[in-house]
Amino acid sequence: MTSAQLPLESPPATPPPSGHHNHPEKWEWYHYFLYNVDHKVIGIQYLVTAFFFYLVAGLMALFMRAELATPNPDVLDPNVYNTLLTNHGTMMIFFWVVPAAIGGFGNYLVPLMIGAKDMAFPNLNAIAFWLNPIAGIFIGISFYFGGAQAGWTSYPPLSLVTNNLGQSFWILTLITVGTSSILGALNFLVTIYKLKIPDMRWDELPLFCWAMVATSLLALFSTPVLAIGLILLFFDINFGTGFFRPEMGGDVVVYQHLFWFYSHPAVYLMILPIFGVMSEIVSTHSRKPIFGYKAIAYSSLAICLVGLVVWVHHMFTSGTPAWMRMFFSIATLIVAVPTGVKVFSWVATLWGGKIRLVTPLLFAVGLLAMFVFGGLSGVTLGTPAFDLHAHDTYYVVGHFHYVLFGGSVFGLYGAIYHWFPKITGHMYNETLGRIHFGLTFIGTNLTFLPMHNLGLAGMPRRVALYDPQFEDLNKLCTYGSMILGVSILPFLINMIWSWGWGEPAPRNPWRALTLEWQTTSPPAIENFDEDPIVWAGPYDYGIDTQSFEEEELSVDEMLAEVGQEMK
Amino acid sequence: MTAIDVNDNTLNPSTATTAAAAHHEEHEDYRLLGLMIFLASESLMFIGLFVSYLIYRGAAAAWPPEETEVELLLPAINTIILVSSSFVIHMGDVAIKKNNVKEMRAWYLGTILMGLIFLGGQVYEYLSLGYGLGTNVFSSCFYVMTGFHGLHVFVGVLLMLGVLWRSRRPGHYHATKHTGVEMTEIYWHFVDVIWIILFLLLYILTLF
Amino acid sequence: MAKKKETIPSSLLTLTIGIAVAAFSVWYGQNNHLLPEQLSSQAPLVDDLFNIMLCIATALFLLVEGTIIYTLIRFRHRPGDETDGEYIEGNFSLEVFWTAIPTFIVIVLGIYGVQVYNQMGGFDTVGQVAHHHHQHQVQLASLPADESNPMLLAERPEYGVGATPVEGLTPPDLEVDVLGMQYAWIFTYPSLGITSGELHVPMGQDIKLNITAQDVLHAFWLPQFRLKQDAIPGQPTQLRFVATKSGHYPIVCAELCGAYHGGMRSEIVVHEPDEFVTWISENQVAQNPDLEQAVALRTDGDRLQDYTTQMGLDATTVQAALKQP
Repeated sequence: MTSAQLPLESPPATPPPSGHHNHPEKWEWYHYFLYNVDHKVIGIQYLVTAFFFYLVAGLMALFMRAELATPNPDVLDPNVYNTLLTNHGTMMIFFWVVPAAIGGFGNYLVPLMIGAKDMAFPNLNAIAFWLNPIAGIFIGISFYFGGAQAGWTSYPPLSLVTNNLGQSFWILTLITVGTSSILGALNFLVTIYKLKIPDMRWDELPLFCWAMVATSLLALFSTPVLAIGLILLFFDINFGTGFFRPEMGGDVVVYQHLFWFYSHPAVYLMILPIFGVMSEIVSTHSRKPIFGYKAIAYSSLAICLVGLVVWVHHMFTSGTPAWMRMFFSIATLIVAVPTGVKVFSWVATLWGGKIRLVTPLLFAVGLLAMFVFGGLSGVTLGTPAFDLHAHDTYYVVGHFHYVLFGGSVFGLYGAIYHWFPKITGHMYNETLGRIHFGLTFIGTNLTFLPMHNLGLAGMPRRVALYDPQFEDLNKLCTYGSMILGVSILPFLINMIWSWGWGEPAPRNPWRALTLEWQTTSPPAIENFDEDPIVWAGPYDYGIDTQSFEEEELSVDEMLAEVGQEMK
Repeated sequence: MTAIDVNDNTLNPSTATTAAAAHHEEHEDYRLLGLMIFLASESLMFIGLFVSYLIYRGAAAAWPPEETEVELLLPAINTIILVSSSFVIHMGDVAIKKNNVKEMRAWYLGTILMGLIFLGGQVYEYLSLGYGLGTNVFSSCFYVMTGFHGLHVFVGVLLMLGVLWRSRRPGHYHATKHTGVEMTEIYWHFVDVIWIILFLLLYILTLF
Repeated sequence: MAKKKETIPSSLLTLTIGIAVAAFSVWYGQNNHLLPEQLSSQAPLVDDLFNIMLCIATALFLLVEGTIIYTLIRFRHRPGDETDGEYIEGNFSLEVFWTAIPTFIVIVLGIYGVQVYNQMGGFDTVGQVAHHHHQHQVQLASLPADESNPMLLAERPEYGVGATPVEGLTPPDLEVDVLGMQYAWIFTYPSLGITSGELHVPMGQDIKLNITAQDVLHAFWLPQFRLKQDAIPGQPTQLRFVATKSGHYPIVCAELCGAYHGGMRSEIVVHEPDEFVTWISENQVAQNPDLEQAVALRTDGDRLQDYTTQMGLDATTVQAALKQP
């Protein structure tokens, strides 16, 4: 193996210019709108596209909250309401969190973090991205025909009898993004396995990359099963098959199994990369090594494995035999353990650090605070006895918004702020960032906390009209959602203004140790002008602090020094 | 592939030629690994189908229900053809390892023909069965499962045609560089294994 | 470890905080008033489970959030301090501790939860075995129209909450067939010959609901009874309970079933036993099989026709069903 050879031994010459590097010195703005195989361009394409869909889906949520401000269905037509609730969920999951976290940050960061020049299959990567706009067109067509109205779960028989055309295009949408997700996952696994620079040991791999390994495995093994479920649904709708038609011997519960076999792991698809982001942000901004590197890395893999066998907890009230309810209850509760390990590890990382409350860390800590809440309510839902009461109520809605909004979206915001200097080469505005955090944090809790009470008291989810006794709390939720709606403004202003006119960012504004900070901001087209050097572990903060103090060496200077020595 | 050079830092740049060759080797490696991962993922799709099928079978009083029985002779012949095509395509691999492009092309052509015969047999069976997709859940399973597999066979045939097309150029494949050939072969074996399971589930299991 | 000790608050303080957190958690676990009234024999079991989980959750929540806030204040970055935090990569015993404790908690919760579920009747082996009569095609031919398809009827266990271990083999006192349709529930009392749009049950008696759905999935939810079971087309499900208090309580559909899913609400009326007898006699008299009129009232009458004939629906019950928008 050539890889056994340490590059340090050979003269660290710049890579010989080869004939097939046909790219300009620097990407122009229009390159970002075209087919491009650079992982950084693709990452940004993913992020911006996903953010656009986030705004659309967020607007849908505001309309729904407006409807729910009063018990009567007075704002929207009930069919439109169902279209909105279906597509809000679909877009937030498949067009925002998954593509932004996996496609966006995964693509942007993984090759940089492992010191590679690009992904293993750059073309496949670009194809995987361009499937997303195609899926966007599909869901647009679905909307034109009235949209899917059977919930993001699209359980038959409802999905078989409601707006067939909209439903069919919705299915095509999901199959398209699913394919994109599989291709992306495959690419990540090969990239991390094969392209990691050889002098980075496996236990020096940044935790974000470990999280991406776990995420990719999950995506690879669960997405195809959803695809098959959706294909069968498509055939039932359009070609008269009887998979989910009881009168033909079909079985509606089979769909639920196929659906949740993917869609429960999808929850981890949305949170595992965010866990990776958390480890990077928390360690960097508290200036302290990550507490329990191995525990965090292994717990990602544990979540991935156990996460594959918990899906029936979504079906405790469905046609589920008792033994399944028991087995999946225990498995579900077990997932809490590796998740708890992560949470405790991050708290321990913060403990004793020199915590800089910059916006990324604020979001990370906000995530931690809310994820704990969402995790605990999740444990209660894992017991079938209690789930019989809480299933399909606003308690569940509150729970998953705590983990997905309070968790994933906070993580995405944190990641955007943390890597903004690297991606754009400009610093963001700290004040606006803090205002954004404050509004989001208040809005989130005001919107989603009362939902728990509503659900426990007897309000089912996915309703456009409800019992008048729940009106007060619903009003509160609606006000909260308005704050959330407003909270996006400081973020947008900050991003647009800073990208264009923000203070130029140095290579490494956070003095972080992962490899992406060794290159310029934004990185050159093939990432590293000189080969990156693993001179410390990704989280080796606080090592030799004394000597640093004396010489007052910044990471940059250290780097330069090491580079000198090499030459 | 127009891949961006990814691995130079691991190479000893003493001689440009070895570097280039090694560089290429590395790439080949990724593609095989990538294909394996893809097939692992793809197999989950079939497993989803198989499990659903078994659930339907377990829940039904009679399987297959009356008037949707399957015939056995033609599918059995088809199975034999498809299974033996795996050996034929492997001969192609053996040939290219001996740097014999011409022989490889012959074996691949043979495999393509066998694949086409299989597909033809499948279509003939569809036409002669006398029931359709929507007759009952068994017929739905039958057509969707065999059809989905048939689609994979069709893709396999296209891949092999691609190999034939590319092998026109002398030196495109040779003894040490033939990943495209190898990938096609692996894919074909995968399609074959899936068929064996399908045959057991749809034809043999219905006998009991 | 020695270095770490300085950063940990003194043990006395820790103890005080621990006791305070524990006390508050236990109090909140018992006095949360988050759940509605308890109406069924199962409700207290579920609530006890919930309260215990809430108690543990409150304690963990306070501890973790408290630690986070304390940490943020205590270890905040001071201006001018460019040093890093201490180089601590982990602490094996601490990690084992916080892996073991949650593991212990969730396993205990899991076992307790399953036990509660068993007491509620979740493992109704009796009901499931009883359903395993070998139903073959020959027998099926005589069954009503919607069940005549032989493909439907292999042996299928009846899912849901059935007989509790205490009830064992005893048959229920009253069986009611519940049919979910867009957007109403229809309740048929096969033994009494009554059909109704509301569920009337006697207090203190063992009731079994046989739940089916006509068109799409619905979920039959009695919030005050802590019971919920999906109504699944093609698969019978059940709920079995004893109502412990009289009064009017909501029945809610909890599975998205179409545009007016939110309006699919009905009422369960729990009667004192003698009141229930009165209700039966009144309704048996009132059940006037004036079907033509009943069906005509329904706009999409065709869909319902089979059922009205089959069940002997009368005008009032259909109207009751239609009252739901």
